[in-house]
Amino acid sequence: MRDRDGVTALLTIDGLTKAYPGVVANDSVSFSVRAGEVHALLGENGAGKSTLVKMIYGLVKPDSGAMRLGDAAYTPANPQAARSAGVAMVFQHFSLFDALSVAENVALGMESPPKMRALSAQIRKVSEAYGLPLDPARTVGDLSAGERQRVEIIRCLLQDPKILIMDEPTSVLTPQEVEILFKTLRKLQSEGTAILYISHKLEEIRSLCDGATILRLGKVVGTCDPKTTSARDMAEAMVGSALHVPQASPSPKGAIKLEVTTLDLPAKAEFGTSLRDISFRVKAGEVLGIGGVAGNGQDELLAALSGEALSAPHAVKLGGTPVGQLGPNARRKIGILAAPEERLGHAAAPDMSLTENALLTGAIREKLTRNGFLKWRDTEAFARRIIAGFDVRTPGPDNAARALSGGNLQKFVIGREVLQNPEVLIVNQPTWGVDASAAAAIRQALLDLAASGAAIVCISQDLDELMEISDRFAALNEGRLSVPRPTRELTIDEIGLMMGGAGDMDVAAPEVLA
Amino acid sequence: MITLVKRPTPSRLWIVLTPLVAVLLTMVAGAALFAMLGKDPIEAIRTIFWDPLFNPQFAAYSRPQLLVKAGPLILIAIGLSLGFRAGIWNIGAEGQYIMGAICGAAVGLAAYPIDAWWVFAAMVLGGLAGGTAWAMIPAVLRVAFKTNEILVSLMLVYVAENLLASMAVGALRNPEGGGFPGSRNLSQYPAAANPELIAGTGMHWGVVAAFIAVIFAYVILSRHMLGFQIRLTGQSPRAARFAGVNAARLILICLGISGGLAGLAGLFEVSGPAGQISIDFGSGYGFTAIIVAFLGRLNPIGILLAGLLMALTYIGGELAQFMLGLPASAIQVFQGMLLMFLLALDVLTNYSLRWRKRETA
Repeated sequence: MRDRDGVTALLTIDGLTKAYPGVVANDSVSFSVRAGEVHALLGENGAGKSTLVKMIYGLVKPDSGAMRLGDAAYTPANPQAARSAGVAMVFQHFSLFDALSVAENVALGMESPPKMRALSAQIRKVSEAYGLPLDPARTVGDLSAGERQRVEIIRCLLQDPKILIMDEPTSVLTPQEVEILFKTLRKLQSEGTAILYISHKLEEIRSLCDGATILRLGKVVGTCDPKTTSARDMAEAMVGSALHVPQASPSPKGAIKLEVTTLDLPAKAEFGTSLRDISFRVKAGEVLGIGGVAGNGQDELLAALSGEALSAPHAVKLGGTPVGQLGPNARRKIGILAAPEERLGHAAAPDMSLTENALLTGAIREKLTRNGFLKWRDTEAFARRIIAGFDVRTPGPDNAARALSGGNLQKFVIGREVLQNPEVLIVNQPTWGVDASAAAAIRQALLDLAASGAAIVCISQDLDELMEISDRFAALNEGRLSVPRPTRELTIDEIGLMMGGAGDMDVAAPEVLA
Repeated sequence: MITLVKRPTPSRLWIVLTPLVAVLLTMVAGAALFAMLGKDPIEAIRTIFWDPLFNPQFAAYSRPQLLVKAGPLILIAIGLSLGFRAGIWNIGAEGQYIMGAICGAAVGLAAYPIDAWWVFAAMVLGGLAGGTAWAMIPAVLRVAFKTNEILVSLMLVYVAENLLASMAVGALRNPEGGGFPGSRNLSQYPAAANPELIAGTGMHWGVVAAFIAVIFAYVILSRHMLGFQIRLTGQSPRAARFAGVNAARLILICLGISGGLAGLAGLFEVSGPAGQISIDFGSGYGFTAIIVAFLGRLNPIGILLAGLLMALTYIGGELAQFMLGLPASAIQVFQGMLLMFLLALDVLTNYSLRWRKRETA
């Protein structure tokens, strides 16, 4: 329909608008993707990327506007229609059955699956052709996150799509797995498949994508060529203002605050991870970054440090005092605070107001009770201090936690702990799903807290974040922690090896592909 | 096609409106039911809701009955609501009610015929202890062995009923009763009686206790850490653990309070309106209180109103049976409809209705 550089666009989006009660998710969005182009969709959380791709994939119906696929009008009524038109999508959250094999899972997503043996052969063929090693007979429950993603990708590739939509595909991958994925995507690209790529990670987009459309508050605010635009410029276009880069003021490291010695903790939940022989120390003023692929013991480690899970008394010590047998409130009393990954339902109660959520962890250190009775006025004042101090966008402290956007709630949760002046703060995924400016603010708050003499343990799957704020880095792999090393000395390859637990790298090693 | 759209925050309007609309719909559907049974629907509804309170012929008798019936319902429902809010399901209040009555009455009967103020006080403690102890069985089993408190507390109702029957014909039987089952009449033993405090109102100590319980629950839920922990545990157990709530302690406290209040209700009933331990003492208050708790949205003030409304349908229902010859089961259907409409409308608190044209597939 529309020409750009003399090449016909494969997918043309023209003036798509979708409004939800109270918010216009997409406001007359237009862009186009050529065959063989890897096109990035950039934007902060809530910019409207998800709504846009959901419309393209037939999950959401636009209020107005038109789409064209090739020369024909494209109005998918549902995902089946989108798939038969040649549009496939790999979601951020996988939809796979743990108990079934790879081939069975693939068959479940097909309209008319072939015989299992033929399908297995097909899967093997595609997985070899695209450099995605995968055994069709294996049970999905035993696969790593990277391998699960391959199942989803192969499921899409079997349909021979013209357009492949990928939503935050690298958030669960090790650097080596990311390399494998990128090789696959480049091969698809060379065959003429268009790829619509959503990611927060700007460096990835710079190395992979040919074009980018930037969304802010539901509108297209610009396009750019990621190969020639700096990550900082792209970030600022997304945010719409100059980006504040967190600055660590080099603080003299003090005495050892938190000491974990040979911490062993058997898994509680059925699919939980056991912690094995974990040892590390964090000094006052220091940030220890703990990386690793999701599901390798992050939640369990946070629980063992926060006091939600008890351990041997001497396995966890604060300033030399054993605290392994103390519950969460006893640990709060002496200064160990934590912010878990799951904002709604763990760090905060969704249906409770922000004031009540301020009470949730603040009752003891902020002295919000008297003889068991609640001091609501003081609690509300504390909530207001968090809201003001951490720029939480909300009409007021009476609002329910679930009414806040993810980023704002995260700022609230982190602010709640930081304002209580912890001796030790443990955070898990502090900026997960948070937009760039809020993430920068949260990281700065953590660095400031460290500068004031607190010890900080930051568990995260965002390597860029860990590289940015941590003094030392260690990786969790199947419940074991590598020896922490100074972050400055590490290369991305070494980090990848630490995350893979070394020796366990055959899955991702490129040699296997041949 | 109607679709449900989740509201960003629960609608405060609908939280208040749901019970009212549910009562209204129940009246409409009930009227249809009564019409199908060949009765005048308007008159039936009036007999149930209006006559007990305002008909000069019946009001003198039935108005006091309102508090007599509502008292135990409210007292038990308040206790249950605390547990329900925390996701702790005590379904066996009927058993705790019976055990409270047995223990409290046993204390009074043992003291017979001493005439001292402490007799009634000791009976109150006995009733409290009986109900609490009976509720502690499912509580301790759940904490120690992770048994399901719903099943255990419910099963213990049947144990309590059999115990009641054996007490009525055995240990607690009136030695001067000529061999008939049933204990001495406590309401005729002044030191142990729970009399009507203000003539013509139906107000007895159990009703006073119910009002105190309403205030107590309101203060606990809105101003005390225990209430916060109860609400937090019910809404997000994981956040509660993170906030340092001791789940085992909360189970013991919630089941203990609900058992204790049910036991008190039993004691006040056996020493007042019922008067004696008899085989048919268990009247289903413990089960009806579950409906009252939900009808009142697990909110103390709501339970107060719901208890009065439920008592009204009981009294009005009896009146309708008597005056119009409506079958007892029709009245039960009517009460059941009330709960059904309430639960069905509950969805509107968190969701709003949208009309949408059917999309072509």
